[in-house]
Amino acid sequence: MRFAVLVFPGTWSDGDCRYVLQDVLGHPTDLVWHRESSLEGYDAVIVPGGFAHGDYLRCGAIACFSPVMGALRRHVDAGRLVLGSCNGFQILCEAGLLPGTLRRNQSLQYRCAPQHVRVERTDTPFTNTCTDGQRLMLPISHGEGNYFADPETLAELEAERRILFRYVDASGNMTASANPNGSASHIAGVMNAAGTVCGMMPHPERASEALLGGEDGLYIWRSMIERWS
Amino acid sequence: MTSPACTVDDATLEQIALSRAEYEDARARLGRDPTPLELGMIGALWSEHCGYKHSRPLFRHFPVEAPHILTSLGGENAGAVDIGDGWVVVMKIESHNHPSAIEPYQGAATGVGGIVRDIFAMGARPIALLDSLRFGSPSQQDSRRLLKNVVAGIGDYGNCLGIPNVGGEVAFGGSYAANPLVNAMCVGLARRGALVSARADGPGNALMLVGADTGRDGLHGATFASVELGDRSEERRPAVQVGNPFMEKLLMEACVELATDHPDWITGLQDLGAAGLTSSAVECAARAGTGVCIDVSRVPRREAGMTPYDVMLSESQERMLVVVRCGREDDVARHFERWELAATVVGRVTEDGVARVVDGDDEVANIDTALLTSPPIYEDEGVRDPAAAAAAEFDPGMLPDLSDANAALLALLAAPNIADKSWVTRQYDQQVLTNTVLVPGSDAGVIRIKGTQRAIALATDGNGRTTYIDPWVGGARAVAEAARNVACTGATPLALTDCLNFGNPERPPIAYQLAQAVRGIGDAARALGTPVISGNASLYNETNGIPVAPTPIIGMLGVIEDVDRVVRMPFRAEGDLVFLVGAAVPQDPATLGGGEYLATLQQLEAGPVAVDLPAEAALIRFLATAAERGLLRSAHDCSDGGLAVALAECTVAGGLGVDGASIELGARIDAALFGEAGARAVVSVHPRDRSACDALAQEIGIPITFLGTVSGDRLRIGAAVDLHINDIGIAYRKALPALMGDGQPAGR
Repeated sequence: MRFAVLVFPGTWSDGDCRYVLQDVLGHPTDLVWHRESSLEGYDAVIVPGGFAHGDYLRCGAIACFSPVMGALRRHVDAGRLVLGSCNGFQILCEAGLLPGTLRRNQSLQYRCAPQHVRVERTDTPFTNTCTDGQRLMLPISHGEGNYFADPETLAELEAERRILFRYVDASGNMTASANPNGSASHIAGVMNAAGTVCGMMPHPERASEALLGGEDGLYIWRSMIERWS
Repeated sequence: MTSPACTVDDATLEQIALSRAEYEDARARLGRDPTPLELGMIGALWSEHCGYKHSRPLFRHFPVEAPHILTSLGGENAGAVDIGDGWVVVMKIESHNHPSAIEPYQGAATGVGGIVRDIFAMGARPIALLDSLRFGSPSQQDSRRLLKNVVAGIGDYGNCLGIPNVGGEVAFGGSYAANPLVNAMCVGLARRGALVSARADGPGNALMLVGADTGRDGLHGATFASVELGDRSEERRPAVQVGNPFMEKLLMEACVELATDHPDWITGLQDLGAAGLTSSAVECAARAGTGVCIDVSRVPRREAGMTPYDVMLSESQERMLVVVRCGREDDVARHFERWELAATVVGRVTEDGVARVVDGDDEVANIDTALLTSPPIYEDEGVRDPAAAAAAEFDPGMLPDLSDANAALLALLAAPNIADKSWVTRQYDQQVLTNTVLVPGSDAGVIRIKGTQRAIALATDGNGRTTYIDPWVGGARAVAEAARNVACTGATPLALTDCLNFGNPERPPIAYQLAQAVRGIGDAARALGTPVISGNASLYNETNGIPVAPTPIIGMLGVIEDVDRVVRMPFRAEGDLVFLVGAAVPQDPATLGGGEYLATLQQLEAGPVAVDLPAEAALIRFLATAAERGLLRSAHDCSDGGLAVALAECTVAGGLGVDGASIELGARIDAALFGEAGARAVVSVHPRDRSACDALAQEIGIPITFLGTVSGDRLRIGAAVDLHINDIGIAYRKALPALMGDGQPAGR
């Protein structure tokens, strides 16, 4: 499986994603600069974390105008997979490839911590190696991860079961203190209607080696690989 | 060019922090009156911040050489250490105290920016940040404001750069209330042989200025850092720069890529920090024995109407000076253009040893680099403060022993200096670059080196209270504790970087503190085999004549050969045996001297302080060897708050209790529980490894005392302490969030 990892000025999880996909999992992975206009030949595109264009104006707002975004839309239209994590989630929302937006954390502080999320369905390209209701421990690291959408959109996401991950505590409960940023409906990750584009605030690439404290992120990468093979 | 003496008034000299005698010295060496720009350049480069005129003579007390050390102290932007397998670690710590006192968010943010530039100026990729912070009591609203904004500033800048923050410390003390300490340390990684020098070699080569445009911000920043704060310091707010971390991220990527992919295009890289273009160009030339000619009219500016003085002394952030081989200017400009950065030729290297500045056709400065880089040097052994001497004489044995050890332990765990600091560290990205094996909250941060089996361990330490009571002991103990911290993870300490935070060295008691603390650092560094490879002196940390407690901060680097042997702090499994390695359980109340127990529960910053360097060296050898042999299930430094606090921290971190009911506490329970005798660590060991551990201790000649067994959910120490670990956890974890006004404990 061939992966592309997008690199905007200010992106910083690019190398981390490539390391996991290529060095840990053994799949050829290219870093693709934001000025490129083609994503031909890639089976999946990762939109990684960071501060694209400094997140000036608004998270992801400037990144939307990069040439590579046109190629990304064509990649999506062709039904191929896209995973956006952290800033990548923000960019996908800003680009309209996912509904909703990410607001400032309710605490008004950046938050870096290990975080439990619950897998809400397992018949997707991003979760097919998970079990129903499985808890994953994935690190978060963001200042603006507070998912927001209007009531109709939230209702639609619920009805169409497009919420893939929710913040929970260690016992799997959606308590207020388990929600690290004030997200609506404890949303940690959603997907598009076609089920091919997923955005999530946690960083699966930071939980893909036991040495670094956990391997739950591998479920997500392996699900994408499983779907492709 | 002869003009009458005293052409410069006192107000002008005060603005550039030059004494009348220094001015006359410069004038005599120049043989004429300096031009306004020349005077500004002399003032900036002769400031303590750039010229180290009070600290430089003391550096001879530092050990600076070892086979694995690749740089000379002060010779480059940062120190470099060969860690094996073809990799080099580059590191430095630097202060941004004064700017943070005036504008805590930007002051702290640009402190991070500056130290990161020092690292990538060496051609190394920054891979870790640490911060050592000091504030007044968090019960004071103003201290909380400073803490909140400093932490936000460090976080927002470092997080945007994508460099993990892996350690450091935060401590509180009354003397820091108006003059907080903000010391930032950055660590970088480069291939052996790929380091870039900060030298302006090769006459005819181009000086290219890269990054942000030059504005009027930060004028006199170096000078401002070299005077005391006062009631009118608010007026110095314009001397504080404003950071743009996004620009820095681009600069970092572009410079690392340039150094890695096109080393033949450049001969030097230097960041623009204190005293801006003046210091970076002059220092590069002085290192190479060359000169420079800069045309200020070619410097891209942020605003109209800037004078040559403004341009040469601006401290606008996110700028680098690249010394480019003649003929490669266009290649370098195109390289930076790809990163959306402007690179402009602003001057050339010359061979005459002169710093010449022109504004188009007009010459505005012409001054020897040797004059600029050889400020007058002051050497003063100072006089010990009688109050400090008296504090050292205090006998803690005069105090009655404690009556409720459980309550005392809970109070200590909730004391701001000991309590869990997740409220701070959770605002920093700790894991980006996916190398972080041990996150903040551990004895040391541990970073694996991808593609090797190696890891490095990093810690900072320093104690103002100890150093006030006895500056030699304070300096030596800071080194010993930082080394102990990295050794607790299984690392062998290799080298250190230091930040000397002191008051006004022109006062004899401060001069004494500085001279003695530097000797202490040097003696400990020699005893532990950790040369001083880089550092920074931040003097004049006084507000309205009140100095901060003398606070030398040590940043320590250690290396772990096998990352799978990293040792962690938490107790791991029921049945493991817990030992105190190093001195036995203290019986002497003198060990409470200068410690957290007296400070928190008795409001006393007094008593004797001591350090035993051979014992520290033996402990470090034990920890590193035991880790290498796989004997340790956990290890934790026993320092602030003594044995009881160390045990409590291990239980909370692991969620497992300890039955230490059989520990013999002796006649003084306070000393046994909270005494801060150094050179000790709490380790846990699988029962099968007990004899191997005992044998190793004997081999090294270090005492080892059995304390108890990991079991259940209570911490029992002798007959004095019996607490549920949940109660310990609440005291330890909720204290700082409660003080800072948010109830959410850190989830971990």
